[in-house]
Amino acid sequence: MVGILEDKDRIFANLYGLHDWGLEGAKKRGCWNGTKDILDAGRDWIIDNMKNSGLRGRGGAGFGTGLKWSFMPKEVKEGRPHYLVVNADESEPGTCKDREIMRHDPHLLIEGCLIASRAMLANACYIYIRGEYVFERERLEAAIKQAYEAKLIGKNNVHGWDFDLYVHHGAGAYICGEETALLESLEGKKGQPRLKPPFPAGAGLYGMPTTVNNVESIAVAGTILRRGAAWFAGFGRPNNAGTKLFCVSGHVNLPCNVEEAMSIPFRQLMEDHCGGIRGGWGNLKAVIPGGSSVPMIPAEQCEDLPMDFDALRNLRSGLGTAAVIVMDKSTDLVRAIARLSYFYKHESCGQCTPCREGTGWMWRVMERMATGEADPKEIDTLLDVTTQVEGHTICALGDAAAWPIQGLFRHFRHEVEERIASYRSGRLHVQGAKLIAAE
Amino acid sequence: MSVRRLAKEQPASFAFSKDSQAKADWWKAKYPAVRKQSAVIPMLWLAQKQEGWVSEPAIQEIAKQLEMPVIRVLEVATFYVMFQLQPVGKVAFVQLCGTTPCQLRGALDLKAVLKAKIGDANHVSADGKFSWEEVECLGACCNAPMAAINDYYYEDLTPESLAKILDDFAAGKSPKPGSYDGRVASEPKGAIHTLTDPKLYDGSYAKKIKIPNLPEKPKTSKAKPEPTA
Repeated sequence: MVGILEDKDRIFANLYGLHDWGLEGAKKRGCWNGTKDILDAGRDWIIDNMKNSGLRGRGGAGFGTGLKWSFMPKEVKEGRPHYLVVNADESEPGTCKDREIMRHDPHLLIEGCLIASRAMLANACYIYIRGEYVFERERLEAAIKQAYEAKLIGKNNVHGWDFDLYVHHGAGAYICGEETALLESLEGKKGQPRLKPPFPAGAGLYGMPTTVNNVESIAVAGTILRRGAAWFAGFGRPNNAGTKLFCVSGHVNLPCNVEEAMSIPFRQLMEDHCGGIRGGWGNLKAVIPGGSSVPMIPAEQCEDLPMDFDALRNLRSGLGTAAVIVMDKSTDLVRAIARLSYFYKHESCGQCTPCREGTGWMWRVMERMATGEADPKEIDTLLDVTTQVEGHTICALGDAAAWPIQGLFRHFRHEVEERIASYRSGRLHVQGAKLIAAE
Repeated sequence: MSVRRLAKEQPASFAFSKDSQAKADWWKAKYPAVRKQSAVIPMLWLAQKQEGWVSEPAIQEIAKQLEMPVIRVLEVATFYVMFQLQPVGKVAFVQLCGTTPCQLRGALDLKAVLKAKIGDANHVSADGKFSWEEVECLGACCNAPMAAINDYYYEDLTPESLAKILDDFAAGKSPKPGSYDGRVASEPKGAIHTLTDPKLYDGSYAKKIKIPNLPEKPKTSKAKPEPTA
């Protein structure tokens, strides 16, 4: 057997799109099986079982999904409908798992939306899909149409819970993956995050009680309840339960998405599923383990590393979206992080000054670090600026821009120093001036 | 953030075609009647699909239809980078992903191809047929490097395959989106070791099941929640 997880325990059986994505195929794979029994069991039962399953949100922050659902008001007040909003604005560099769910297993997502809506007493749900996913949106719309026609969702459906599902799309703003920015965008405004509180469960979409969940968190709900919370909780280390889609990109022989048990050792994940590191295990230099926003970890720490929330947090990194970006020894790490800094500069929404100005500032300094033009003293100034941005903004984009840089200098400061030194060697240098060597 | 302004040269007028208007009305119906402003992004997108880019008259028309102040629509059009505020290549508009995961797998080489074949980024070629820009992560990192051409994803590209795709567009063909490395989607190429159990697909999972731990009636057996094969 390859990996830890057995095929019978995989939730996304059509992850690779080799089988029918439509309703018939999905039903054959177990989707929509027993959904009515689950809905009939009621709000409290669904939420309790989701809590017992130990599912932590798959969008990056890792907050308990069942707990999040329980924050919604217990009854619907007159004129204050509840909403479920599914965050399909998958834009974190390295992450490409929700895309596979939406184009290959859309019915798992639709079923999950229905169950989650039942749990939070919502009769309407919006799926906010990123604008670039045009094909995925068409596929999802087609699947929703199938579900409506089969009366699985809609008014007076066979499940006895009136439920309307709509797809909404964005237009290329990473920030709209932040839940309150997503709600602003869904209301037809610029995607600029809101201050919290009030939290969306109190005042979210159109000011109504709302819960925003990641696609993967919602899509696994049906299967978890079908097979039992204990089944799901049986995978992974305590507090890191379940199965997880890992997106492996970068310098591996076979980049791929794969569903594995949480806490799978990093090395096993690479060697069993991804054909190993390009040039062999010894050629590994560093890994960004959870999407671009988390700090990188060097190869030495990867040997016995379990891929889960707590283990990575202990290394001062994070599991994030489980988007593993692998970098081998040929990688120019400074250039790679400078490109990420450009990404955050480009994607800052411009609302908070530390982020709007800081991301541009950090990018410009990183560009000079990448060529070696910088002054060695600037390293400490740069790190100081990252701490000035981090934690001083409304949303986490400021943190996300700061962490990759901090991760780089935590483990590879010597590389930047060597680059600056080699840029300067053999050149005349005067503080603050660029000199061109005389011929 | 990036500076985004409306084009200097603007068309005199804009009107939705019958087809686009029908789609716009379909979008508007998705939201509560008093919240039709929500449809602004989909409508700007429809305008762009129709004309190739978003012009000022289009912004005014959308503001009128959604009963929004024009400035609010302008704000949205300039905030979201997928809205093209200038005309783009009519035959192929290439959006190359340049973010780190693609960069690690050779996006810089693709950039060189685009430069050689089309010219500088953000400029329409002399014949008006081609243009390209570098965009941020498009979310297909397992299939890096990749580019979106006229909205659809072309994945696992090499300089050669990208050049071939561009040549095909120039020759009036429409090359198929998807992986150019023989993959179906994001599976490990030629080495799929998972999801091979035929029982996953033969209907075994569609048999009637008993949901584990259901409340009181009927009395739940504390059976181990085995997968229901």
